[in-house]
Amino acid sequence: MARQKVPPTQALTLTIDDQTVTAKPGQTVMDVASEHGIDIPHLCYLDGLSIWGACRLCVVEVEGQRRLFSACSTEVAEGMVVSTDSPRLRHYRKVIVEMLFAERNHICAVCVSNGHCELQAMAQRLGVDHIHIPYLNPQLSVDSSHDRFRLDHHRCIVCTRCVRVCAEVEGASTKGMAGRGIMARIINDLNEPWGDSQTCTSCGKCVHVCPTGALVEKGTAAAEMQKRRQFLPYLTVMRDNNHD
Amino acid sequence: MPQTVTIEPVTRIEGHARITIDLDDAGDVADAHFHVTQFRGFEKFCEGRPFTEMPALTARTCGICPVSHLMASSKACDELMAVQIPPTADMLRRVMNLAQLMQSHALSFFHLSSPDMLLGWDSDPLRRHILGVAAVKPDIARDGIRLRQIGQTIIDLLGGKRVHPAWMVGGGVNAPLTTDRRDEIAALAPEALEITKRNLAWFKRSLKDYTDEASCFANFPSLFLGLVDRNGALEHYDGVLRVVDADGHVLEDQIDPRRYTDILGEAVEDFSYMKFPYYKAKGYPEGMYRVGPLARLNLCDHAGTPVADQELAEFRSIQRGAVLSSFHYHYARLIEVIFAAERIAELVAKPEILDEHVRAKARPNRAEGVGVAEAPRGTLIHHYHIDKNGQIQQCNLIIATGHNNLAMNAGVKQVAQRFVSGKQLEEGALNRVEAVIRCFDPCLSCATHALGQMPMRIELRDATGSVVDEAVRD
Ligand code: SF4
Repeated sequence: MARQKVPPTQALTLTIDDQTVTAKPGQTVMDVASEHGIDIPHLCYLDGLSIWGACRLCVVEVEGQRRLFSACSTEVAEGMVVSTDSPRLRHYRKVIVEMLFAERNHICAVCVSNGHCELQAMAQRLGVDHIHIPYLNPQLSVDSSHDRFRLDHHRCIVCTRCVRVCAEVEGASTKGMAGRGIMARIINDLNEPWGDSQTCTSCGKCVHVCPTGALVEKGTAAAEMQKRRQFLPYLTVMRDNNHD
Repeated sequence: MPQTVTIEPVTRIEGHARITIDLDDAGDVADAHFHVTQFRGFEKFCEGRPFTEMPALTARTCGICPVSHLMASSKACDELMAVQIPPTADMLRRVMNLAQLMQSHALSFFHLSSPDMLLGWDSDPLRRHILGVAAVKPDIARDGIRLRQIGQTIIDLLGGKRVHPAWMVGGGVNAPLTTDRRDEIAALAPEALEITKRNLAWFKRSLKDYTDEASCFANFPSLFLGLVDRNGALEHYDGVLRVVDADGHVLEDQIDPRRYTDILGEAVEDFSYMKFPYYKAKGYPEGMYRVGPLARLNLCDHAGTPVADQELAEFRSIQRGAVLSSFHYHYARLIEVIFAAERIAELVAKPEILDEHVRAKARPNRAEGVGVAEAPRGTLIHHYHIDKNGQIQQCNLIIATGHNNLAMNAGVKQVAQRFVSGKQLEEGALNRVEAVIRCFDPCLSCATHALGQMPMRIELRDATGSVVDEAVRD
């Protein structure tokens, strides 16, 4: 979902965490909050990609509503009163992160992304010091067949950033999803080894948008994989302009 | 009535184990076993991992000597990549390996073993530790703590983190050395040398007080295995395997470490999870050999640094042929620390140590890689097979403590025969049994690649196998 272009004169007023803020119609709570220096926790959301709304970390409370709203996919409205932090939200977020850890095999100490990982940083930020859910310890595969990159399912949180960047920015649509729930897996083309893909351009965008050590450059040792994402907002803007 | 004495846990060693002593009808020691009762399966869970993760992964085998695993693993990765690492990377890895040797030997000698020597094997076990030493010999305790700190600081200066540095990688190291860090290391090495020289001096003076222990602490003929450099000098990082016998005769020399399976076999016994490597040509269990500081000093033609060479000559004069008492592992450790301090000083004095080209990059180019290095406790072998995409298919780790397994068992029996007599578990006797194991400075977590910790107990069993007495310590 591309962001809408709106005449600059229209403005809405709402409250986020007791701050009165103005916003343009069509903006999401996430966008407006971040413009005002409020960083709502998120993992699947990435500026420059379409909204997915799957990780549920960005849930916020809206006054007068019982259910929670994901900030990345909720548009602002006049007079809205949003709260991005509360004991309930903190509890939910912690449980979500614990579930992500329990679902696959994250051994940070030996991971190539150790110290540069969004999942790890999120766990630290939310104070996740124990996993209260039994680990599933699934037997998963590692696809090292690509010449330069590796897909390690042990460390994937199925945020689909790679799927989106591949389709929306690179236009290759190599990455996709198979399976559901905890069986969901990132696949290449029709579930082939990455190295056999006819559509992959080897641009590496998927690697660099991946928040964890699931998609990495080969040849990296523990803690060496640092992702570079500066290209993304820039590329998105350039492509939008070309379409005008 | 025949009885069995079991000592469990053996304190002040890394990891945990259990000792049983079997007594005959007359109450004399008939047999003794050193059991390793933990199991980890480290090799198994490495399967499927990208080889580039192996240094960090295998370093987790041990919190005491992670650097040694990093070293052997990175070398195995160099082989898989089929690269010649840049000369500066080679030098930097050597400095780190020697710093590791220094801190580990300091821990073994001062923290773990000096309490026995300085306070007496029969002294109160509750006070027989490094703090007890500090109370009576504050200078020695302080020296030990400082020496270990110097080793750790050098590791820290190189790798940025004391335990488990991620600095060593296949192809070299991931960051060059800066000038100020080099200067710091250069300032620390002479201090380490002075500390070790003065402690070696008191140790040599008091050797005469330990003759009883030296005579029966695993004092028997055996083979010795370790690395030497191509010219036969003392070597810890690279080089070729050599085997000498108890008379000091060279049985094998210039063996490419990749061919370790040609000379070494691995046997399994049901009383221990630790494998029993042996020298193939002599068969099992006659092919018993020892590794580690004592072995390395018995093997090499010379050390290669001035003070260490002098000390080595004096050490060799203890006995014709190889020095056989495992008590002298302690002596050998101090000489090796002297060597490490001298060699580190030599290496960091070379201008090339600051070169910025410290890493060779390559994809996997070979299906099989063997990395060998001398860990503080002895020869460490990492052997990997990978698939065409660089994922581990098979992994074998032969750990220093494992090599010594046969000798440790024989040593326990020997010391038990001398100091343990049936029906009574005397503190001093039990401590000597433990102390003989500490001579080898075994690291059981590594040896079994074990997870978690196990308690250790001494059991006294009669001929029917029932436990008639036991001592348990934490
Ligand atoms: S991907 Fe992140 S959370 Fe998972 S093991 Fe690696 S560093 Fe840890």
